[in-house]
Amino acid sequence: MNFLEILYFLVPVAIAYAAPLILTAIGGVFSERSGVVNIGLEGLMVVGAFIGVYFNLTFADTFGAGTPWMALLAAMVVAGVFSLLHAVASVTFRADQVVSGVAINLLAVAICLFLVKKIYGKGQTDFVQERFLRDGIPFLEKIPFFGPMFFQNVYWTSVLAIGIAILSWVVLYYTPFGLRLRAVGEHPMAADTMGINVSRMRYIAVMISGGLAGIGGAIYSQSISQDFGHSTINGQGFMALAAMIFGKWHPLGAMGAALFFGIAQALSIVGSSIPYIKEIPSVFLLILPYVLTILALAGFIGKANAPKASGVPYIKGKR
Amino acid sequence: MSNRIINLLVPVVSVILGLLVGAVVMLVSGYDPIEGYAALWDGIFGDAYTIGETIRQITPYILAGLAVAFAFRTGLFNIGVEGQLIVGWFAAAYVGIAVDLPKIIHLPLAILAAAAAGALWGFIPGLLKARFKVHEVIVTIMMNYVALHTVNALIRTVSDGGDNTGKIHPSASLRSDFLENMTDFSRLHYGIIIALAMVLVMWLILEKTTKGFELKSVGLNHHASEYAGMNVNKNIILAMSISGAFAGLGGAMEALGTFEFISVKGGFTGIGFDGIAVALLGANTPLGVIFGAVLFGSLKYGATNMPNAAQIPEEIVSIIIAIIIFFVASGYVIRLFIERLSKKKEAK
Repeated sequence: MNFLEILYFLVPVAIAYAAPLILTAIGGVFSERSGVVNIGLEGLMVVGAFIGVYFNLTFADTFGAGTPWMALLAAMVVAGVFSLLHAVASVTFRADQVVSGVAINLLAVAICLFLVKKIYGKGQTDFVQERFLRDGIPFLEKIPFFGPMFFQNVYWTSVLAIGIAILSWVVLYYTPFGLRLRAVGEHPMAADTMGINVSRMRYIAVMISGGLAGIGGAIYSQSISQDFGHSTINGQGFMALAAMIFGKWHPLGAMGAALFFGIAQALSIVGSSIPYIKEIPSVFLLILPYVLTILALAGFIGKANAPKASGVPYIKGKR
Repeated sequence: MSNRIINLLVPVVSVILGLLVGAVVMLVSGYDPIEGYAALWDGIFGDAYTIGETIRQITPYILAGLAVAFAFRTGLFNIGVEGQLIVGWFAAAYVGIAVDLPKIIHLPLAILAAAAAGALWGFIPGLLKARFKVHEVIVTIMMNYVALHTVNALIRTVSDGGDNTGKIHPSASLRSDFLENMTDFSRLHYGIIIALAMVLVMWLILEKTTKGFELKSVGLNHHASEYAGMNVNKNIILAMSISGAFAGLGGAMEALGTFEFISVKGGFTGIGFDGIAVALLGANTPLGVIFGAVLFGSLKYGATNMPNAAQIPEEIVSIIIAIIIFFVASGYVIRLFIERLSKKKEAK
């Protein structure tokens, strides 16, 4: 296998694995930029993954081939509503945001497994019938060299993920809404003085993060795992959190980091059939994203600075 | 109402609310909550065997709770208990298998190995926090996954590609014929004594030593501590290492007592994350951790009886535990509510 063939083989897998991470990481960017730490991304992905599969299994006959896309919508809505719990606890009830996030993670897994057992009477769901399929993107797939690598064998969901990443960048950096959201996360008191409703901004940001993580989870469960069980989402949410930090709390940075982690995941899965790579024990590829994040935080790979007010409840009138 | 009573009431109210929400969830999903809670009760206190198993389950919960609580008291949030517990589990199992020594040396050695491995896994985030000001929450989360994958790889190496290390030598085991006979052959082991001893150790460190005072003071205000001449960085590293050591001991309980081996893990044990719940409920005090561990350990073990006895998925208990964490974390609201209630009474 020559180098080019390896790239043609690896890159599409990497992009497929990166899509859920990109969306979830962008969700994290929204939440943290508004000043709410969201450790609960993992749990929100779990909710999305479950709703995606449940919707898919239930409505496959009604919607046919469009089912997975409808399921994404359903997952977005349900996970968005579920994230309200985190918003209420951390914004209104002034709970420790990390603790609330941990509770979200525990609760999401527990509720989803409870429902799986209640509805299907066993530990995991059946496989979905209508799943996302790989497809070539018209015209672009004809480009020499890049075509086969990026556009011939991709999920449309990956295109969606990259599109949302670019959209988020525009929203966060070039709209009044984005400026307000970032202001609330950097200096809530100053923002409040300027007439911005800090609590409302934070609620909106957390719900956006819930919705995006929900889509991410549903993409994962309908393209990669294709069913839902206790280990369907096993660390992807935290990896997205890592991508967010590695990408320095910037939508495009997070996307880049998620793509990079996607390559690491792809290598750990298909690496055994690639020369040179198969000599590397897969454990190094498995822990690579996490180790890189620690190194990035320690400042070995550029300095990563969190939004100033991230993790601090805003209490009016308190200095 | 005094502040002290309110502090006690918050966890109690949270637990009651959690159980109520659990009952509502059961009702809504078509199960009988009374039957469900009866099955839960039987699963905890049913007979000598279940009581033995419940205490066995409580043992690692105490240590995981101590780990989280100790870090909290020193101003740190150790979410990495899960990872520290897994490396401790592996270290104890490895020492239990690799060497053959008389029990009097072997058992303490295996336990110490677990504590050392856990301490190392806590030392790294502590060092990064002290040296580079990296927030320990993210690092410990990442360290959890590093631990999971590394330990899985190590198990495969040790067992020549298998997914189980095999049983430890009896000389490293915590199993006790006496306790097993007393509890109708449950897996109850001497670990509970170690766990309770560690509760005492944590209390002694925090309340009776100069170092403990320093650790707490760094947690409360590190600027003031530095001004008073304490070495803040050293204390942060030490606190994370001690916290990790407690977690590692939790792993030793599983390695040397409950399972006597370690097998490849598809995901986390959950003990470390439940440790956060234990510590929160126990208000991060050594004695409180015992209560928290007894409650959550019992719930977790009792839940396994619910599918058989009442056809209710055992995840209902995880739902209840998560809800309790929510309420304890949102203590501000419960506090407000209790204060208003007591003011109204006084007005009358």
